[in-house]
Amino acid sequence: MQQLVTELLQGNRRAAARLISLVENDDPQKRELLKDLYPHTGNAYVIGVTGAPGSGKSSLVDWLLKLMRKDGLKVGVIAVDPTSPFSGGAILGDRIRMQDHALDQDIFIRSMGTRGSLGGLSRATREAIQVMDAFGKDIVLIETVGVGQSEIDIVRTADSTLVVLTPAGGDSVQTIKAGIMEIADVFAVNKSDLPGSDRTVTEVNMMLDMKKSKEWRPPVIPTVSLINEGIDQLWEALQEHRRYMEESGRLLDIRRERVGRELTEQVEYLVKSSIWNQVKEEIELESLVEKIVHRRQDPYSAAADLLDKINFYGQEAEEGD
Amino acid sequence: MNSKKVRILVAKPGLDGHDRGARVVARALRDAGFEVIYTGLHQTPEQIAETALQEDVDAVGLSILSGAHMTLVPRVKKLLRDNGMGDVLMVVGGIIPEDDGRELINNGHADQVFTPGEPLDNITDYIGSKIRS
Ligand SMILES: Nc1nc2c(ncn2[C@@H]2O[C@H](COP(=O)(O)OP(=O)(O)OP(=O)(O)O)[C@@H](O)[C@H]2O)c(=O)[nH]1
Ligand SMILES: [Mg+2]
Repeated sequence: MQQLVTELLQGNRRAAARLISLVENDDPQKRELLKDLYPHTGNAYVIGVTGAPGSGKSSLVDWLLKLMRKDGLKVGVIAVDPTSPFSGGAILGDRIRMQDHALDQDIFIRSMGTRGSLGGLSRATREAIQVMDAFGKDIVLIETVGVGQSEIDIVRTADSTLVVLTPAGGDSVQTIKAGIMEIADVFAVNKSDLPGSDRTVTEVNMMLDMKKSKEWRPPVIPTVSLINEGIDQLWEALQEHRRYMEESGRLLDIRRERVGRELTEQVEYLVKSSIWNQVKEEIELESLVEKIVHRRQDPYSAAADLLDKINFYGQEAEEGD
Repeated sequence: MNSKKVRILVAKPGLDGHDRGARVVARALRDAGFEVIYTGLHQTPEQIAETALQEDVDAVGLSILSGAHMTLVPRVKKLLRDNGMGDVLMVVGGIIPEDDGRELINNGHADQVFTPGEPLDNITDYIGSKIRS
């Protein structure tokens, strides 16, 4: 397994692909691997791309990849599509728009299904970013469909977030989901070849101007990703936001918050798994359940009794006693 | 998240003009619980092999209606081998004469060949049994 990390650091693409599978499948060896990768991370800048289904996210990513490569940047893409809740299967089709880059050795594209829990997905996404970061990518782009709160959470792992809107047609942009407006650092109004584009741009701008002024005012860029229109301005706006994040110290702030959350999660994970390992050793859960079902005990005191039997400081403290 | 999913790349190499068949198979595979990476029309063997690598798939399904299967399939298989992915299951679907199909299988270029009219269940069952075992 350690071999995989060595190969990854040498630039082996197969190793990168396999490591992403391991984190995605929540492999038992994952922690050890991520631990070894950690010293090699911290360079990649993460850009989230979200928006309604079919708004043109993948086509925009395709164009952005061209511009990023022109600037000599190495890029990783994580493209997330929904898993069918009925079968557990998924059709991951974002690559269709990006296949011109399939043979570029400095671009690495990976498709992911949302699979079971969305909490699990944002974790898997974060860990896949770590792999791409250690693999030497300068930028990691994450494409997700902006539908649910949990997907918005994924986008929160990004340093900059691009929200893709389309001309609202008869609808007003007021109907755009509140959460989505909040997370945008840059807006693209894509499909600006369609009628109503100007109005959508104006309305979004008005909404942004009504907010009390923040340090960063998200720009609204009309684009047509069918052809190369507005893409240069979009890439410029994303770079501008990055400069703002770096120069204002915001980037360091959000990275601090993120590390804090990560640390909390890791502590919770360790506490939880160490307690459960002991609980499973000590007690036959089933017989306890049986007792509770028959009202010979209540779950509240049963849980308290369980914890009484546990040594919270792990084996070492026990030996030291 | 903790259950491993079978991942399969469905790709259309060559120049033929539509991908209805490939889309139908992709949907059937999804409904059978697979993660299907779908890349659309006109893929070169090099693109297919590189996509299989980046996506770390367990199987590759090639849909070929152009008649070029005897060159395309061995080419993709060779590139996969070069990438250290020789053990990835290779399934081919399309208008493929029986003799050609047999030859592809006997020469180790494909594991199975399906022709039009094959019940979708047979395809998903076959892939499922080969990979989960
Ligand atoms: N009219 C018009 N259509 C566009 C434009 N950009 C993309 N499309 C079309 O919109 C459809 C969806 O494009 P994608 O890039 O796949 O959109 P997406 O947001 O990635 O889609 P999902 O990942 O499925 O949510 C395709 O049929 C594109 O051809 C545009 O600028 N104008
Ligand atoms: Mg897409």
